[in-house]
Amino acid sequence: MVTVLSDAYIIGAGETKFGELWEKSLRELAVEAGLRAVENAGIYSRDVEVLYGSNSLAGIINGQENIGALLSDFSGIAENHIPAIRIEASTASGGAAVRQAYLAVKSGEYDLVMVGGVEKMTDVYGSETLDLTSSVLDREWEAFFGGTPAALAAITARKYMADFKVDKEALAMISVNDHLNASKNPNAHYRNKITVEQAMNSTPVAEPLNLMDCSPITDGAAAILVASENYIKKNRLEGVRILSSADAQDYLAVHSRKSIYGLDSAKIASQKALSKAGMKIGDVSFVELHDSYSIYGLLELEDLGFAEKGKAKDLVYNEIKLDGRIPVNPSGGLKAKGNPFGATGVGQFVEAYMQLNGKAGERQVKGAKNAMLHSMGGTGSMSVVHMVGDA
Amino acid sequence: MGEVSRFWRESVHRYRLVAHKCGNCMKVYFPPRDVCPICHRESIGKMSEEQLSGKGEIESFSVVHDVPSPFTRQRPYILAIIKLDEGPSITAQIVDCDPGEVEIGKRVSTVFRKIAQQGESGIIEYGYKFVLD
Ligand SMILES: [Zn+2]
Repeated sequence: MVTVLSDAYIIGAGETKFGELWEKSLRELAVEAGLRAVENAGIYSRDVEVLYGSNSLAGIINGQENIGALLSDFSGIAENHIPAIRIEASTASGGAAVRQAYLAVKSGEYDLVMVGGVEKMTDVYGSETLDLTSSVLDREWEAFFGGTPAALAAITARKYMADFKVDKEALAMISVNDHLNASKNPNAHYRNKITVEQAMNSTPVAEPLNLMDCSPITDGAAAILVASENYIKKNRLEGVRILSSADAQDYLAVHSRKSIYGLDSAKIASQKALSKAGMKIGDVSFVELHDSYSIYGLLELEDLGFAEKGKAKDLVYNEIKLDGRIPVNPSGGLKAKGNPFGATGVGQFVEAYMQLNGKAGERQVKGAKNAMLHSMGGTGSMSVVHMVGDA
Repeated sequence: MGEVSRFWRESVHRYRLVAHKCGNCMKVYFPPRDVCPICHRESIGKMSEEQLSGKGEIESFSVVHDVPSPFTRQRPYILAIIKLDEGPSITAQIVDCDPGEVEIGKRVSTVFRKIAQQGESGIIEYGYKFVLD
């Protein structure tokens, strides 16, 4: 038996503005992004054969489960009777959903798949939001005792800074870079530039992390269409190829891991994705990484393979800029483009699609051939890494 | 959200710091696990209860200002990862001291305390916290 594996291509992408979008509901956001992706691809929604909906917290924030049905219904495709399934992998839901689409096309089962990520986070407020977002941790053994995502990131940061003599300025530079890039992205949550002093002197959230070390509470949605080689040839479309896809898991709680500052999930997923694409780390044109907290920006630069452990501080002043050796988060990243959990990872693909088609405007990474996209769950319990573009 | 039964179920481990020890490799796990991640099937049926001493040292910590709703009355609090003498690391608060006194590497011991309150008249949960030695 001859097995023909199809390559998978992104043929369209769309997203809403990210931000505190009081006037928009969960379903409105999702539909807006989905329609933009369909319009962008220039296809008909009747061609879509399966829908993967990425969402993390709608059950507890919006009281809405059954997200697959909600998305297919209000996207107007209920009568197409195609499967619509929610993918939940905490803050890595986006990357995990795109991976399902990749596998679905690669296997030959489907020719056109839609991935829609959405999160409507501002339907609850303040300390209640924090209690709900802490469900990405181990509820019984971290959150029960007062653990929050920021607190766990802060505990990691303190130990890392002590062991490798890294100062707070290096952390702040991750956020400064995100804000600078987001100032050139009309869809970003925060478009203001910040100085390193502003970042370091902002309100303490969980010491040593300040407000400017933490991604905001963001509403938003993002969608992409993934098609087979057959489909793009038949319809004479252009696409950005998904070169490889890999994911890896780690212990749920930080206290169970081998090291409190080693992101093994990122390390393993990155190595697998690079090897499947036949690439080396030096071949990567730019990276969108999951810096929900500034400390993770540094740790991910190391564990994804761009620097040795403890050495990411040498990259954050120049190399990570748009015109640097390894541009980081041209979109504005989780700190400034925003972090609507289920949409965050899909939004990275929207950015890569624009960048690799040379349509990213002022924030265009010059000569970008490919991108590494990293989506991470919780404090590092899961990582999904994709390579897209040309090897 | 089934909070009462959820918290009651873990109470023995939270109140008395009872861990699980793998009878195959002798590694101690807290929170307790039914399968040893090193020995896999070799550990099934061989995980036995092990009383912890409640003593250990601070691996790292944070002074938490932005706190979830059940903790609003304790703001700010010190949250730490503590390496217990028997091997496992756990996440818990450090209390009865000034944040300035807390340092990586300092020795700590458990105390039994109120952990959080779910709402104004909601259930109160108890468990372990740590104090400096
Ligand atoms: Zn064992």
